[in-house]
Amino acid sequence: MKYIDEYREEGIARSLAARIARRATRPWCLMEICGGQTHTIMRYGLDDLLPAGLRLVHGPGCPVCVTPLETVDRAIEIASRPDVTFVSYGDMLRVPGSKLDLFRVKAAGGDVRVVYSPMDALALARARRGRKVVFFGIGFETTAPANAMAVFQARREGLDNFSMLVSHVLVPPAIRMLLSSPRNLVQGFIAPGHVCTVVGWEEYEALARDFRVPIVVAGFEPADLLESVLMLVAQLEEVRTEVENQYARSVRREGNVAAKDMIGRVFEVCDRKWRGIGTIPGSGLRLRQEFAAHDAEKLFGVGGISAEEPPECISAEVLQGLKRPTDCPVFGLACTPEHPMGAPMVSSEGACAAYYQYRRHSIPREKEA
Amino acid sequence: MCLAVPGKIIDTEEMDGIRLGRVQFGGITRQACLDFVPEAQIGDYVMVHVGFAISRVDEDEAHRTLELLRSLDLLAGELGPPPETP
Amino acid sequence: MADDPRPFDSWTCPAPLSGGGQVLLGHGSGGKLSADLVRDLFLPAFHNPALARMDDQAILAINGLRLAFTTDSFVVKPLFFPGGDIGSLAVHGTVNDLAMGGAQPLFLSAAFIIEEGLPMETLERIVASLRRAAADAGVQVVTGDTKVVEKGSGDGIFINTSGIGVVPDGVALSADQARPGDRILLSGAIGDHGIAILAQREGLEFESTVASDSAALHTLVAGMLGASKEIRCLRDPTRGGVSSALNEIAGQSGVGVELDERAIPVREEVRGACELLGLDPLYVANEGKLLAIVAPEAAESVLSAMRRHPLGAQAAIVGSVSAAHPRTVTMRTVVGPTRIVDMLAGDQLPRIC
Repeated sequence: MKYIDEYREEGIARSLAARIARRATRPWCLMEICGGQTHTIMRYGLDDLLPAGLRLVHGPGCPVCVTPLETVDRAIEIASRPDVTFVSYGDMLRVPGSKLDLFRVKAAGGDVRVVYSPMDALALARARRGRKVVFFGIGFETTAPANAMAVFQARREGLDNFSMLVSHVLVPPAIRMLLSSPRNLVQGFIAPGHVCTVVGWEEYEALARDFRVPIVVAGFEPADLLESVLMLVAQLEEVRTEVENQYARSVRREGNVAAKDMIGRVFEVCDRKWRGIGTIPGSGLRLRQEFAAHDAEKLFGVGGISAEEPPECISAEVLQGLKRPTDCPVFGLACTPEHPMGAPMVSSEGACAAYYQYRRHSIPREKEA
Repeated sequence: MCLAVPGKIIDTEEMDGIRLGRVQFGGITRQACLDFVPEAQIGDYVMVHVGFAISRVDEDEAHRTLELLRSLDLLAGELGPPPETP
Repeated sequence: MADDPRPFDSWTCPAPLSGGGQVLLGHGSGGKLSADLVRDLFLPAFHNPALARMDDQAILAINGLRLAFTTDSFVVKPLFFPGGDIGSLAVHGTVNDLAMGGAQPLFLSAAFIIEEGLPMETLERIVASLRRAAADAGVQVVTGDTKVVEKGSGDGIFINTSGIGVVPDGVALSADQARPGDRILLSGAIGDHGIAILAQREGLEFESTVASDSAALHTLVAGMLGASKEIRCLRDPTRGGVSSALNEIAGQSGVGVELDERAIPVREEVRGACELLGLDPLYVANEGKLLAIVAPEAAESVLSAMRRHPLGAQAAIVGSVSAAHPRTVTMRTVVGPTRIVDMLAGDQLPRIC
């Protein structure tokens, strides 16, 4: 497939790895924020290609994982109602709430469906005017224009049986929080290429300046990620703290103006709780008041549902790179992808689940090291 | 976060006020909304996320990156194996 | 066969499953939840040596004749899909379960659980397809059953088929026979069936020319066994895909399995669908492919035998069995490093991130 296969060539990966090894004169700690990039790193074993001193920390960039427990509980409450068709992106079904997950709601007779696109949810609402079709609107900036468009279109078409349970999150406030922590270890950031495709990288320039940290906007294929590591190592070795764009085939500095415009018309910034981390000011999007008729949280009166996260989980430290998944006493024992106890074990993009799925064979070696 | 996949636009249409395109991904075709990429035309590659094109792939930039990466590959071949292998 | 008294330490209780007390779709996905259900509920409940082999078929010695016996239920939506339908699938699935034991399939049963209101014309088409598939495979449907359930209690139609075949002398295939050094052969491109079905699913639809690979594999198997008796084990990677099949073999043989990602054939359409939906073809279902674990010295001759058969034209050696990391499947990825290929808990879900 064009624009995919060529970025997975072994020769290119090896030569990038060789250059990284030559360029790095001392240990560095980098973070990829985005779960899709974590997935690529684990799926292809890219961290095995990096020199021993170079550490990749897997950040909190999986919207499925960071959706707060209480929001999952709210979704479950809505999905359990007999008059509701609850529609979600696939990987959200497995995410455990306090007691249930959406799979179990479906097993108990709930009308829970998986779609690929929010437009498919809209089509369900058109075809089933007698039912309340609720879409679980989660995601980062990348997904926000699509979800915004679905709500916008529902209003335009007068689809009053379509609503959205919104739990959108924004990346830069999370990076700011990570960098503000006195325990921060991360010296360079791999910025999420598809988020930046939508919103551009101006906000990242402020982060690079305020915290004197190099940032490289990166793509999602093995060669993209290795090249971005090389670019970050070069900046760190040369004591530069710029924002560079590795993913120029998709990302422009200003982002996608039409998409940003749609986000602004439908959503407004709010504080948002992140599972495993806590509330981050200004890190979320919610529907504007003028779209209240399509706001499932208001329509179903579930805003009051709250939940406490299990105390055993060390996910906050894992997601900040302070601990590795394997440092957790319950990793792979009480906490597995079948029975996740915390956010990073929930979706295959989560740091713990990715470790569990792809890296278990290297765990003893790491524990010895 | 945010799986987006490059695909080629093979035709376009208007429906319910939305610009839609059929986009081909390695042998399968799916409809995608093109409202956010007004500049994209038939034959262009776009990055598609949850049924929405979020950018037109810049062919020149893609070429440039790839040429650079391939030249690194050649260079590494001449330089031999790296000093330390993990 | 006589019931041997079981040693005390192998006594087991059918303990209730943990976690929720509800059957989930994932329990039927062929992944870890399915395996847990079999291990924790069914195996202890029905414990016997034939079942304990945990193969796709039971091998039963009766008066010197070795019979292969298997059963399978078919619950596919949509009932008709590119490349097949529930009728042909019900024949192929059961014939293949027999063939994976090296057996010559002979007789099938067919039981129909029909939802009230199913158009008669639909039923007739399914039965005609089942008849044709059985004739093509050289098996006879010799017994059957019909039940009708109330509207809403079924999904159009479910079919169960059981099958009996005879295992030739000298053939003893089982998932516990893999040995370090053995080669892993795959009969063709993976993921066709799962993607052909997925393309029809409401909410996920896409246009594709992918057809299900649904096919009866017993003549391919006969050709392979004709080329060499050094075949240790055969599996058809249905639900749960290549990953589940190889994890089961690794577990039952106590060996490691090492795959080479570049050697695994995947059609461009299947790759496209997997990229788009964030799926891994290793977990996608097949209905006309097989995996063979073959002694290293016999690998080339078995491979040539496979390639001579139309259903094995794209066969490839995709990996080997190793003594390292027992009970684990690993894969050398296209960019070089190695990763684990785990069994999934339940169904693979389309992902957005």
